[in-house]
Amino acid sequence: MDSPAVEIIDLVKRYGGTTAVDGLSLRAERGAVTAVLGPNGAGKTSTVEICEGFRRADGGTVRVLGQAPDDPTLRPRVGVMLQSGGVPPATRCAEWLRLVSRFYARPLDSTALLVRLGLDEHGRTPYRRLSGGQQQRLSLAAAVIGRPELVFLDEPTAGLDPQARHACWDLVAELRGAGVSVVLTTHHMDEAERLADQVVIIDRGKVVAQGSPASLTGAERQLRFRARPGLALEELLNALPAGSAAKESPAGHYIIEGLVAPELLATVTAWCASEGVTADDLRIERRTLEDVFLELTGRELR
Amino acid sequence: MTTPTDPAAPAVPPALDLTPAPGAAPFGRMVLAQAGAEVRATLRNGEQLLLTLVIPVLLLVGFSVAPLIDVGGGSRVEFLTPGVLALAVMSTAFTGQAIATGFERRYGVLKRLGATPLSRAGLLLGKTLAVLAVEVLQVVVIVAVALSLGWRPQGSFAAAVLLVLLGTAAFSGLGLLMAGTLRAEATLAAANLVYLVLLGAGGVMFPLSKFPDSVRPVLELLPISALTGGLRAVLTGGAALPLGALAVLAAWAAVSLGLASRTFRWE
Repeated sequence: MDSPAVEIIDLVKRYGGTTAVDGLSLRAERGAVTAVLGPNGAGKTSTVEICEGFRRADGGTVRVLGQAPDDPTLRPRVGVMLQSGGVPPATRCAEWLRLVSRFYARPLDSTALLVRLGLDEHGRTPYRRLSGGQQQRLSLAAAVIGRPELVFLDEPTAGLDPQARHACWDLVAELRGAGVSVVLTTHHMDEAERLADQVVIIDRGKVVAQGSPASLTGAERQLRFRARPGLALEELLNALPAGSAAKESPAGHYIIEGLVAPELLATVTAWCASEGVTADDLRIERRTLEDVFLELTGRELR
Repeated sequence: MTTPTDPAAPAVPPALDLTPAPGAAPFGRMVLAQAGAEVRATLRNGEQLLLTLVIPVLLLVGFSVAPLIDVGGGSRVEFLTPGVLALAVMSTAFTGQAIATGFERRYGVLKRLGATPLSRAGLLLGKTLAVLAVEVLQVVVIVAVALSLGWRPQGSFAAAVLLVLLGTAAFSGLGLLMAGTLRAEATLAAANLVYLVLLGAGGVMFPLSKFPDSVRPVLELLPISALTGGLRAVLTGGAALPLGALAVLAAWAAVSLGLASRTFRWE
């Protein structure tokens, strides 16, 4: 039986007096895409950099492909994309990729990879003259060129334009199709929802929820709106069909769950009118990971 | 399917076989790849070339031709060439390597390379090979210029090579010690300052005999003085093996490399 791609138990990481990772546990399965979702400062990068062997944990255990993260035998098996930098500014795009490819036994063709990521016209461009999105794509290319079993991508689409973002998503999907395990961090919930088999939502160094996107968001549709905090929901509940639920979470954000039908919408808006409030952002939809995060932490993801 | 003749055809992304096939390249290939990249980066960097080739050659030609300095009797080119060779070694192994490595650390390049199969030992070996390759180029150019100015070297070639190797080790240790502990900007400033101070006070251009007796014993212990003095003893004086100079360089190499390996921060 293969060990999981990544297994983290009770990880702790401190920087001076601040605790960046505070008893975090997660498991990333082989051949799956695992998204670590959370706001800036949640501990995503610390967690990933411990898995990559760059930092030492202050507590807990971490296993990457069954090994200790700093085991040198992991280096050819694991591809890494740093959040930023990592390339000498004067080095030309194609030259860097070719150099990285020479460290591996059976690398991908660097030219084909550049074409694939839309960088072939910039092969002779020094790294510092590439746009932010092009730099990101070069880092992504370097992460996969050695044909790794597992890839860590730290905010792979930060700063990408929509087209480049889709190119990155396509490549991640293709990696998954080829049996590569992918662990990525993001604060874009749409990215996590779209790419991930498993989403781990972290906040303040702790896991607040994990599961498949569908299990986290639920299949049910909901009616949501914003209004002034502290509305008395009992009266509304009485007017709604049996089995409906209404809650305010966090303050000023209202969620009505139940059979979302035209009648329900009419009842809610009539109730709002009787309360003298205007429902802002009234919408009917499935919960998004953004909503899940907001409900769990009381804060916006970004 | 699109045909190649259709200019409006969207580019079909080439198929990439992403199926995992991990494996490290042979150690030697990785080291050579890294060394090649470092040599290219050095030769492409204008400031580096100024430091490693242009300044040594200008000093050699300028002060050999014009009687601006008092070399204490004898031919100026005989006196200057060993010093300029030592300066060239220092500029590459110390100044250039310190600045380049300091910025590699700052830009996360060392960190990123740490995630590849190239081990830290492999990276350092690659850097060393690159330094030696640039030094070979420097020596060829400087020796050619010196010969054309009438330089007639003597002494043991092997002893000169040994001095250059030990000097490279000592200066690399000092450069990496600086690059691995200071901020990149501080390394840039300090490496240039040290270069200038050692150029002036290490017997490269001005004989140590011109300095007061009180400071001369200290100056003679500088790595640049040992390398300059050793090369001069061999190439100009015909000495077989300048043990004093070799001992000074070996001590600097041992201390600086030892300290660097303990204090170097890769990030």
